[in-house]
Amino acid sequence: MQVNETGAFVPTVVAFCCNWCSYAGADLSGTNRLQYPSNIKIIRVPCSCRVNPMFILRAFQRGADGVILCGCHPGDCHYTTGNYYTRRRMTLLFSMLDYLGIERERTRVEWVSAAEGQKFAETMKSFAAEIAALGPNRRLEDLRCRK
Amino acid sequence: MQKLGVFVCHCGTNIAATVDVKAVAEALGREPSVVVSTDYPYMCSESGQNLIKDAIREHSLDGVVICSCSPRMHENTFRKAAAQAGLNPYMVEIANIREQCSWIHKDREEATEKAIVLGRAAIAKVLLNTPLTAGESPVTKRALVIGGGIAGIQTALDIAEAGFPVDIVEKEPTIGGKMAQLDKTFPTLDCAACILTPKMVDCAQNENIRILSFSEVEEVTGFVGNFTAKIRRKARYVDETKCTGCGLCTEKCPVKKVPNEFNLGMDNRRAVYIPFAQAVPKVARIDPDWCNMLKNGKCGLCSKVCTVGAIDYKQTDTVLEEHYGAIVAATGYEPIKVDRYGEYAYAQSKDVITSLEFERLTNAAGPTSGTLLRPSDGRHPHTIVFIQCVGSRCTPEMGKTYCSKICCMYTAKHAMLTREKYPDTDVYVFYIDVRTPGKNFDEFYRRAAEEYGVHYIKGAVGKVMPRADGTLDVQASDLIMNEQLHINADLVVLAAAIEPSKTARRLATMLTASMDTNDFFTEAHPKLRPVESPTAGIFLSGVCQGPKDIPETVSQASACAAKVIGLLSKNKLTGNPCVAHSDEWMCNGCSNCASVCPYGAITYLDKDFRMPDRSTKTRRVASVNPAVCQGCGACTVACPSGAMDLYGFSNSQIMAEVDAICK
Ligand SMILES: Cc1cc2nc3c(=O)[nH]c(=O)nc-3n(C[C@H](O)[C@H](O)[C@H](O)COP(=O)(O)OP(=O)(O)OC[C@H]3O[C@@H](n4cnc5c(N)ncnc54)[C@H](O)[C@@H]3O)c2cc1C
Repeated sequence: MQVNETGAFVPTVVAFCCNWCSYAGADLSGTNRLQYPSNIKIIRVPCSCRVNPMFILRAFQRGADGVILCGCHPGDCHYTTGNYYTRRRMTLLFSMLDYLGIERERTRVEWVSAAEGQKFAETMKSFAAEIAALGPNRRLEDLRCRK
Repeated sequence: MQKLGVFVCHCGTNIAATVDVKAVAEALGREPSVVVSTDYPYMCSESGQNLIKDAIREHSLDGVVICSCSPRMHENTFRKAAAQAGLNPYMVEIANIREQCSWIHKDREEATEKAIVLGRAAIAKVLLNTPLTAGESPVTKRALVIGGGIAGIQTALDIAEAGFPVDIVEKEPTIGGKMAQLDKTFPTLDCAACILTPKMVDCAQNENIRILSFSEVEEVTGFVGNFTAKIRRKARYVDETKCTGCGLCTEKCPVKKVPNEFNLGMDNRRAVYIPFAQAVPKVARIDPDWCNMLKNGKCGLCSKVCTVGAIDYKQTDTVLEEHYGAIVAATGYEPIKVDRYGEYAYAQSKDVITSLEFERLTNAAGPTSGTLLRPSDGRHPHTIVFIQCVGSRCTPEMGKTYCSKICCMYTAKHAMLTREKYPDTDVYVFYIDVRTPGKNFDEFYRRAAEEYGVHYIKGAVGKVMPRADGTLDVQASDLIMNEQLHINADLVVLAAAIEPSKTARRLATMLTASMDTNDFFTEAHPKLRPVESPTAGIFLSGVCQGPKDIPETVSQASACAAKVIGLLSKNKLTGNPCVAHSDEWMCNGCSNCASVCPYGAITYLDKDFRMPDRSTKTRRVASVNPAVCQGCGACTVACPSGAMDLYGFSNSQIMAEVDAICK
């Protein structure tokens, strides 16, 4: 668990972004110098549908406190239907997390287009704040993975 | 042990101002496997690239991480540089420390820390990269155009002019499509046949074009550059190679009461017929539903009068198999059926007609030789009411939600032409909005309303009641004057919405091309790739992609041809090597992957496996066609056994990144 100089909890957040919309949206918020917290780290994937729910669980196991998955808006997928699969798979993952008693707020799905730099930054800010409020992920972290 | 090089870019001060680049290079230099780690003001400059190339050669690097701007910016630059130094270009990974770090953070310490983490993630990934080579596939230099309306005709002519052979497959006995049925065309009012039929003849005479009329595509396999299509040539009972189109058989045929579909059933044709005088190919067809000879073996008159022996009652369907590099969908549209709108009494009264029927009634080659007469009694109508948006801009239950786009203009055309030819006629147009965006379109509509005295009324028609005296009582509301109207009309013309050809959906499935909820084909990008379908090698032309008038159809058709020519000009296609692949030993042949693949890139093979006990077992396994796969990765997640993986974004690579970030 990371803390800042004032002792406040700084969550680790993994953001999966599809190459065509959300990753470009993230680039745009960079180009426009829109700030969001540095504890968010982006992993580029070709499409949101490339993200196996397993990757999300893996992130929690390795100590992530929140995972956000961003893709093109429904109907705009570069691969036509990829984000529809994402939407269904994530719905299933959410119900599984519910079943296991794990806060579903730790995982979020957002549609961010390549033009929505502002939305990207806002989303990241709000998500990071939400996770910080939730506190560290204790349920899914595998302590054996801790360095 | 792999040897990696890390190169940290300052991007002038873009990165260096907020990220301590030296500290990043130093920290990443301490990672195992990294043998060289350095920074430079502009990595993308020639000297920066030389620095990378020299390091690759000097240290025989197996992989390279570049901490710089977004990979969307310079991934290709650095891949090329690596390739020039003899390293596989796919052994390069980029950590985006500009757009996703220096530009969005102000605190130098924080930004530096994040840059190091991003660098570590890229190192973790590149350690699992594998050298990839983009596959190459040959291109069959021939195009298939499905649909022979003005869209298909224009596309085929342009492709043929560029020197490539084209086949036009048209389901009807002649090419020409809907435009052949039109009378005059807005906004210039030139006659449709005068501008269309020369193009149809050009098609017939162009040695690069083969017209396969009265034929349908049955099956398409393959992928961009390498399609194979099965085309059914339906029996027309007339030998196309012999028939001269003299028309003698059509005059002698004793079966005279066959509804003529070209005139929308408003007059009759014979059982053996040529659809219209300028049909291409000008070849007769025998309609098996009406021909006495085909139905009960009695007659044979046409065969007796045919001087060239073209009649062949024993003709059967044949199936052609052809190879193509590109396929164009140009299947056009149909007006919707209007009998469902009971309020307009289309089914009750012969004098309620559709706009397309109106075109035939005013056409010199139509059932009335161009004199506008009421279908019921053949009298000249004195009051005509046009109703716009019949089934367009409706609720989904009642019709189409979209605007059919052409109706405002052709209704203005009809109204204007009527007033010009029959100045004693009163013409009313009921509209929701008049939509006339287009060159010279609004001027055209205003001429109809202002110069030709057409009564345009904003409002809806509630009911059309046929009356005993043969007139039609049109009950409507005028929304501007806020009053109820009764108009005693002789003829009511419905501007029916248009919808894609009924065959389009089956075709889209065959082509793995996508469609919208209205069954219009969708383009690869609504703005930037408007004439391509998302499936490589499939192109879109004309109304099958969305409602359009002729000028727009023709420009799109030519744009489409340009794209096809671009593809056919290539000798080889290089693919994206970041595609899916399946581990045959792990695959259990369940077909989950194939069912989520939007491109139909996955097929199944029966493969022999040598088992540990030396026996041979045959199993069904998935096989990905790398030329078709676009690398989205949907299949990798659908695969229950974990057999499917994606080159360049493999499960282990992504998880290594996750691990590096969460450390
Ligand atoms: C009443 C009316 C009046 C109009 N007036 C004008 C006007 O004045 N000016 C103007 O600019 N536009 C006008 N239009 C619009 C014009 O008709 C269209 O823009 C034009 O015809 C579109 O051409 P297309 O080739 O895309 O489609 P179509 O003309 O529909 O051609 C499609 C062709 O594909 C064939 N086909 C379909 N499915 C298959 C298949 N599976 N296999 C093989 N072949 C297939 C069809 O048989 C047809 O021949 C009017 C339309 C209507 C309804």
